[in-house]
Amino acid sequence: MSTVDELPPAARARETRGRADWPELPRHPARRARAGWLAPRREISPAARWTLRALSLLVPLAVWVALSTSGRVDPTFLPTPAATWDAWWEMARSGELWTDTAASVRRVLLGFGLALLISVPLGFAMGTWRWALAALEPIIGLVRYWPAGAFIPLLIIWLGLGESSKLAVLVIGVVFFNTLMVAEAVRRVPQRLLEASMTLGATPGVLVRKVIFPYALPGIIDAARVNSAAAWNLVVIAELFAATSGLGYRIVRSGRFLQTDRIFAVLIVIGVIGILMDVGLRLLRDRIGRWTP
Amino acid sequence: MSAGLELAGVGKTFPGGARVLEGIDLSVAPGEFVCVAGASGSGKSTLLNLVAGLLEPTGGTVTWDGRPVTGPGPDRGLVCQTGELFPWRTVAANVAFGLELLRISRAERARRVRWYLEEVGLTAYADALPGSLSGGQRQRVAIARALACEPHVLLLDEPFGALDVQTKEDMQIFLRQVWRDTGTTVVMVTHDVEEAVFLAGRVVVLASDPGRVAADLPVDLPAERDLAVRRTPEFLALRTEVEDLVRLHHTAHTARRPG
Repeated sequence: MSTVDELPPAARARETRGRADWPELPRHPARRARAGWLAPRREISPAARWTLRALSLLVPLAVWVALSTSGRVDPTFLPTPAATWDAWWEMARSGELWTDTAASVRRVLLGFGLALLISVPLGFAMGTWRWALAALEPIIGLVRYWPAGAFIPLLIIWLGLGESSKLAVLVIGVVFFNTLMVAEAVRRVPQRLLEASMTLGATPGVLVRKVIFPYALPGIIDAARVNSAAAWNLVVIAELFAATSGLGYRIVRSGRFLQTDRIFAVLIVIGVIGILMDVGLRLLRDRIGRWTP
Repeated sequence: MSAGLELAGVGKTFPGGARVLEGIDLSVAPGEFVCVAGASGSGKSTLLNLVAGLLEPTGGTVTWDGRPVTGPGPDRGLVCQTGELFPWRTVAANVAFGLELLRISRAERARRVRWYLEEVGLTAYADALPGSLSGGQRQRVAIARALACEPHVLLLDEPFGALDVQTKEDMQIFLRQVWRDTGTTVVMVTHDVEEAVFLAGRVVVLASDPGRVAADLPVDLPAERDLAVRRTPEFLALRTEVEDLVRLHHTAHTARRPG
C-alpha cells in the first residue's frame, strides 16, 4: 500500500475529507461529439451543400423517369416527363393555362389580401393590448381548428357558386392562423424597449406607430409568407368544387378525361408559382428586416 | 418644498404581496450625482422605476420641484443595462427619437443630435445600425438618446453591468465627463461599490427585504477624478465602508431567509 505522499496530486487531494474510496471516474477516449455527419449543426462544404440541393430535385425526377419509361406502369397512371411537357405546351399554346393561372392568382391576391386586412390589425391589437388578447384569443384559438375545406358546402349554400364563396374559403383558412402569428410577432417586442421609449416621451399612439409596428414588421411579413403558402393550397382546393376556371378546375377537368399528363403539368405549375411567391416575400422581408440579427 | 427630486416615505408592495421598498426618504438636489448601492433584492431597480414613473408607489410620494411624478416622461430619461436601442434606427436616428416627438425643426434636431454624438464620441457611427456596435458603444448611444431630451434627471439602472472591466472603466470616466459637461442630475443604481464611490457625489446604501435607506454617505473626493483616485487612502476607506454596509445588510437579508 502506497503512502499518501507517493500519490499523484489529484489522488492525494482525494485522500482527504473522506473521498478515499471513490473510484476513478471513467475517462473515455475523445468522444468525437463535433465530428462525423451526425454531429448536430456541423458545417458542410459548399460543394456538398450544392450537390445535395441538386440531388434533392434530381433524384425524384430520375425515379419518375425510370418508372414511367420502364413500361411497367400504365402511362394513364404515370405519364412520362416528355408527355407532361407536351401537355404543358399544348395548354400553354391554347392559352387555357394562362387564363387558369390568372384566375387562381387573382383569387389568391384578393382572398389573401382580404385575410391580411382582417388579421394584421386583429393580431396587432392582440399583441399590443391585454384586453384585446383576453377578448379574442379564446374564440380564435377554437375557430382555427375548423378546416376551411369543411366550410365549402356551407359557403356555397350561403354565398352561391360564384367568386365570393371561393374567396371566403381562402379567408377562413388563413385569417385565424395569421392573426395568432401576427399577435405572437407583436408580443415579441421587448417590454424594456417600450419602457425606454416611454421615458423618451412616447405616448401610446407613438409606441404603436414608432416602436411596436417597426419592431414587429419583419415578423408580420414572416407570418404572411408562411400563410401565403396555405392560401395557395386553399385556392386550388376551393376550385375543385363548382368552378369554371382556375388551376384546381383544370385538374378536376383533366381528371375527368384521365389526362394525367395534364394533371402533372398543372401540379408543376402550382409548385413553381408557390416557390416564386415565397422567394418574393423572403426578399421583401430581408429588405425590411435588414436590422434583425 | 425643496427643489429637485424628493422621495417621501415611498413604499412599493407588488400585487403578489412582495414588499420591495418601505419608507424611502431621499432627496436629490439639481445637478447632483447620486449612486444607489445595494445587494440584489434591495429594490434598487424598483426605486428607479418609481422615479421614472413606470411604476406607481403604494405609499408615499415622488416629486420633482414639488410636483408629483404621475408617469414616464422625457424629463426623467432611463437607461437600463441592455440600453434597449431601436435596432432598425441608425445611431443618429436613435438619438433623435425623443426630439422627433417634441416637434422641433429638422435643422435644430440635426444640430442637437450632432452635438450629443460628438459628446459621446460616436460621430463616425452616426449612420451605423445598433447591431454593428459594441456593448459600450450601444450604452453611449442610449445615454446620448436620453440626454438629448435634456432631462431634469438621468436615471441609470446598472448601465455598465454587462460590460467587461476595461470598457466599464472607460464608460465611468466618460459618464463623469458627460455629467460635468451637461450639468444633468444623475441617479444611478449599481451593485458595484467601487463604481458607486468613483462616480458619485453621494452614495445611498439600501438594505434588503424590504428595501430601505441604510446609509447616505457623502463622497469627499476631488471633482476631477481619474482611475488613479481609486488607489488613494480616502477612496479605499470610503469604498471599504460602503462595502461593509452593503455586505452587512445583505447578510442580514440572507440570514432571515428560511433554509
